[in-house]
Amino acid sequence: MADNTEILSGFAEIVEEVAGIDPAEVTVDKSFVDDLDIDSLSMVEIAVQAEDKFGVKIPDDQLAELKTVGDAVDYIAKNQ
Amino acid sequence: MSTAHDVVVTGLGATTPLGGDVASTWEALLAGRSGVRRIDDAEHEWVERHQLPVKIAAPLAVAPTEVLPRVQARRLDRCEQVALVAAKEAWAQAGLGPRDDMQVEPERLAVVVATGIGGAVTLLDQDDLLETGGLRKVSPLTVPMLMPNGPAAWVGIEYGAQGGVHAPVSACASGAEALAWALRLLRGGEVDVVIAGGAEACITGITVAGFVQARTLSQRNDEPERASRPFDVDRDGFVLGEGAGIMVLERAEFAAARGATVLGRLAGAGLTSDAYHITGPEPEGIGQSRAIAKAVRDAGLEPSDIGHVNCHATSTVAGDVGETRAVRKALGDHPVLTAPKSALGHMVGAAGAVESIITLLSIKEGVIPATLNLENLDPGVELDVVAGEPRKVDLDAAVCDSFGFGGHNAAVVITGA
Repeated sequence: MADNTEILSGFAEIVEEVAGIDPAEVTVDKSFVDDLDIDSLSMVEIAVQAEDKFGVKIPDDQLAELKTVGDAVDYIAKNQ
Repeated sequence: MSTAHDVVVTGLGATTPLGGDVASTWEALLAGRSGVRRIDDAEHEWVERHQLPVKIAAPLAVAPTEVLPRVQARRLDRCEQVALVAAKEAWAQAGLGPRDDMQVEPERLAVVVATGIGGAVTLLDQDDLLETGGLRKVSPLTVPMLMPNGPAAWVGIEYGAQGGVHAPVSACASGAEALAWALRLLRGGEVDVVIAGGAEACITGITVAGFVQARTLSQRNDEPERASRPFDVDRDGFVLGEGAGIMVLERAEFAAARGATVLGRLAGAGLTSDAYHITGPEPEGIGQSRAIAKAVRDAGLEPSDIGHVNCHATSTVAGDVGETRAVRKALGDHPVLTAPKSALGHMVGAAGAVESIITLLSIKEGVIPATLNLENLDPGVELDVVAGEPRKVDLDAAVCDSFGFGGHNAAVVITGA
């Protein structure tokens, strides 16, 4: 089981791969849309990669609720 | 003297089997190099897996992924990638400035970028993922990557073009047809600038297999560089290529007002259709001939003004000779011909755009590249074809032909600056 720090770092690697954003920018307070300019198509790619990496399921209705990096990290921590 | 009707070329961009830009492509053409090579390698493992009888093609000299930023490239099909590579070169040469401070109003900037096939690589890759990994492995970008308007749409986004983004699809005539539609938009005064051309990247197992079954590809696997030989008696089909060609076109008055350097003029275009057969050209070349004649009339010129024809000539047995009949019917016996597909292979929806760029450079530089591998001229070709060495010429006006499956005939007239 990964802790929140490990989840954040692994999640930031996915965001860099999909959207080219420097992992240092991917912090818990950042909004995917407003701060990181990640569109809905890239969010689907990020979710699929996160499911594989952390062994979680992220249904569409849950994905829509993940507004910030912190939301995603918390969701993964609770559901892995 | 320019009139409101005139359309000028201010930027050129290309990525081809001969080079990653216009200059390297042109240099290789003049040097007589071929872009055709064996492709039975790891990257094209499907050649051996399916035991295809065609083991040659003309792949890009420079992979677009080496040029584009990684994150931009991963959202694009290869045909969209090459469109952007060529558009960036053409836009930079035109000197219209960065997107947020450009010299044209976004509403007065349009895009017409064609493709013949579209995102074939994406369609195949994503189908494999669906079969092996199920729904969740399929990319959410699948549809925008495979749609044939994708190359045009991405170019429009790159430069903030809000005057309309269009993607004519007419197989091997697509690239030239894009220039024809751009000319109409500019002459109609709807926009000031159009980014126009064609893009193609469909060297895949299914496209090669399909062309093989249609009996259209050369099987000269042992001599790849000699395989594409338009007008030669020993020609046995075309060689599939890939690439993109883009022109920045402007209303002459607009270009003059901003002090742009004019490289040449898109003086006229003619589009016709055979309504005869889905792949075979009408044997008398009537539709092709009408397209050429229409383009010359559209340019306000006489057939005697046209000194050169950059031919569609793909190296197929029937097509090449038929085209020369059409040229003679439309223009007479005086034009000097060349067939750049002898070096570039057939770039399908990009061919007409790249070859129009070559036509413009032939006028501007005063030299016509040679047709490679023309050793024994087919006796049915009763015209002068440049072969062996490039030929120095003094040209005022030239025609570029492009014809496509479906009976699409496109001809454009290019004149000097």
